[in-house]
Amino acid sequence: MPNVILQVEDIHKNYGKLSVLKGISFQVNQGETTVIIGPSGTGKSTLLTCINQLTPPDQGRIWLEKKEITHPDTDINIIRSSIGMVFQHFNLFTHLSVLDNVRLGLLVVKKIPRNEATEMSMEKLNQVGLGDKINAYPAELSGGQQQRVSIARALAMNPKLILFDEPTSALDPELIGEVLNVMTKLAENGMTMLVVSHEMGFARAVANDIIFMEKGVIVEEGKPDVMFQHSENPRTQEFLHKITELYGGKA
Amino acid sequence: MSFLTLAWEILPKLLQGTIVTIELTLIAILIGFFIGIPVAMGRVYGNKFIYVLCTFFVEIIRGTPLLTQLFILYFGLPSVGIMLSPFTAAYIGIGINSGAYQAEYFRGAIQSVKREQLIAAYSIGMNQMQAIRHIILPQMLRLVIPSWSNELIYLVKYSSMAYMIQAPEIMSQGRAIASRTYRTFEVFIVIALIYLVLVSILSKFLDRIERKVRIPGL
Amino acid sequence: MDQLNLVWQGLPSLLSGTLVTIILTIYFLALGFLLGLLLALGRVYGSRFLQLLVIRPFERFFRAVPALVLLFLFYFGSSFFRVDISAFMAAVLAMGLRSAAYQSEIFRGAIQSIGEGQMRAARSIGMNMLQSIRYVILPQALRLSIPPWTNEYAVVLKDSSLAYAVGVTELLRQGRYIVARTFGNALLIYTVCALIYFMLVFVGNQFLRILEEKYKIPGYEIKTRKDQTVLERI
Repeated sequence: MPNVILQVEDIHKNYGKLSVLKGISFQVNQGETTVIIGPSGTGKSTLLTCINQLTPPDQGRIWLEKKEITHPDTDINIIRSSIGMVFQHFNLFTHLSVLDNVRLGLLVVKKIPRNEATEMSMEKLNQVGLGDKINAYPAELSGGQQQRVSIARALAMNPKLILFDEPTSALDPELIGEVLNVMTKLAENGMTMLVVSHEMGFARAVANDIIFMEKGVIVEEGKPDVMFQHSENPRTQEFLHKITELYGGKA
Repeated sequence: MSFLTLAWEILPKLLQGTIVTIELTLIAILIGFFIGIPVAMGRVYGNKFIYVLCTFFVEIIRGTPLLTQLFILYFGLPSVGIMLSPFTAAYIGIGINSGAYQAEYFRGAIQSVKREQLIAAYSIGMNQMQAIRHIILPQMLRLVIPSWSNELIYLVKYSSMAYMIQAPEIMSQGRAIASRTYRTFEVFIVIALIYLVLVSILSKFLDRIERKVRIPGL
Repeated sequence: MDQLNLVWQGLPSLLSGTLVTIILTIYFLALGFLLGLLLALGRVYGSRFLQLLVIRPFERFFRAVPALVLLFLFYFGSSFFRVDISAFMAAVLAMGLRSAAYQSEIFRGAIQSIGEGQMRAARSIGMNMLQSIRYVILPQALRLSIPPWTNEYAVVLKDSSLAYAVGVTELLRQGRYIVARTFGNALLIYTVCALIYFMLVFVGNQFLRILEEKYKIPGYEIKTRKDQTVLERI
């Protein structure tokens, strides 16, 4: 039986009268990559931020392995240090160098001694291919480089799960590749990942599971081959067709 | 007697002083306006000599305390034979001070009118004077309104300094009442409240004007 | 000239007055800084309740009432409430709290221009509110605050001359004493005072400019805020 890392049960989220998430349930197994696709504004990003409680859901429960995230007694900071998040706009700490960006969580949250923290950070930075930029500042880097640092920052905390919120949507086209490569390698090395993205090529090649969301509900869910080739839902087919034309990859 | 009774009794006198405060503020801001515009022009369009002169004026006035400037006018000028009344010294001093600050606001506003506007004006045959008068000035006056509103409110507050050179505005009235009743603290609470009301009303009023006069899109 | 000689003799008094002015300014700015920072954090991260009932009335009051009135309120208020504080203390409280009201605006603007992505990123790696503010928000906000803070420094330094009104023997009052003692040329003496203030402002500005350069975040710029109401701006 595969180990379930993330269990999401009946999540609802409203902003005033607007109902953004209307009962989302799914799970992600250890070592697997799940990609969430769907039109913009359907609550995909909100779903991710509900998982690490940056926007707490109004209803529903979430478990990280055996711990219930949504339980009022749970210390959310401890949970968050086990879940990594990569943002669309990178959100690197602008006043800190690349190395300090990656190291900060280890020093402040996990209280790891400086030498050890530096070693761990260097390892992750090398992993994403930026070992030579440790003293640079975020504003001096390209978008792709910044996003890779952002991934290293998430990796440094040794998370059980990494959430990716449209990681390549804010990048120039030629820089998308370097980020997707890093993500692909992560998946190959067994990281559990939940990715919101429009990159169909990546989804087809790397995802173990694809979830198609629209208007706050899950329309269809399944393995990539099934979704891309034999999808049952006409809406899914329609979306995939349009999106694949736009973003490349084969329909 | 209670605080409220005291407040009620002294209000008429304080309001007399408030009128002087308002007069002072209005005269000063007008003086500042008529100093500020030429000085701003001098700093943007003037030759080297005028620029230096105007910059000198602005830097010195803005770099020294208003109180010192008032002292120089009221206590200092008699040394060379010029005697000014407290009220006169006050509005001249505050006016010149405001002029230096207004010059900077106007300068900022002039410089934020895009260069292309000037070039367009020249290209249809206007000379510099006409371009300034018909194109720059109207836009500048509207762009400067937020800063200018600030300035007006600052002046309402800084007019209180006139008290220090014995001008008969609200603070002096307050002091006179205080020395009669020995309830200085409470008197000044009332004064503080009057300023609060004055500033709040003025702000709301200026806000409304600002919104009406705003250039759409800028 | 006889008059210049007078100034030369008065120099020690003027210098002691200058020292008092400098100390006053430091106290005002320090109180304003500490309280202003707290107020700004309260405005950005605090509860609605705190903001509406405590912070906004405080700011409204200390920004609408003139400095001179505040000075008198604290000076005479101390005897009214039978609290024994010196004129110096009264001045520090009045002007310090006033500066806090203005500095809180400066810091609030800086914090808000940083953007909420920074806070989200900090929280997403497990930092609590305090850690996020300390390691991520404040370092950036303080750097961005330096230019407007330079203006506040100049204002506070110049307004310190108002302490004269409650009897604190700062620079201007020393000048007054010299004029009174020696029947000297008031114009000259007050002009000298003005020049000393000017130099203090100038030197301070230069120092702050160097500070700004030293701590600049490579590649970063502050965004401007256009939609404030008048009351928020003053």
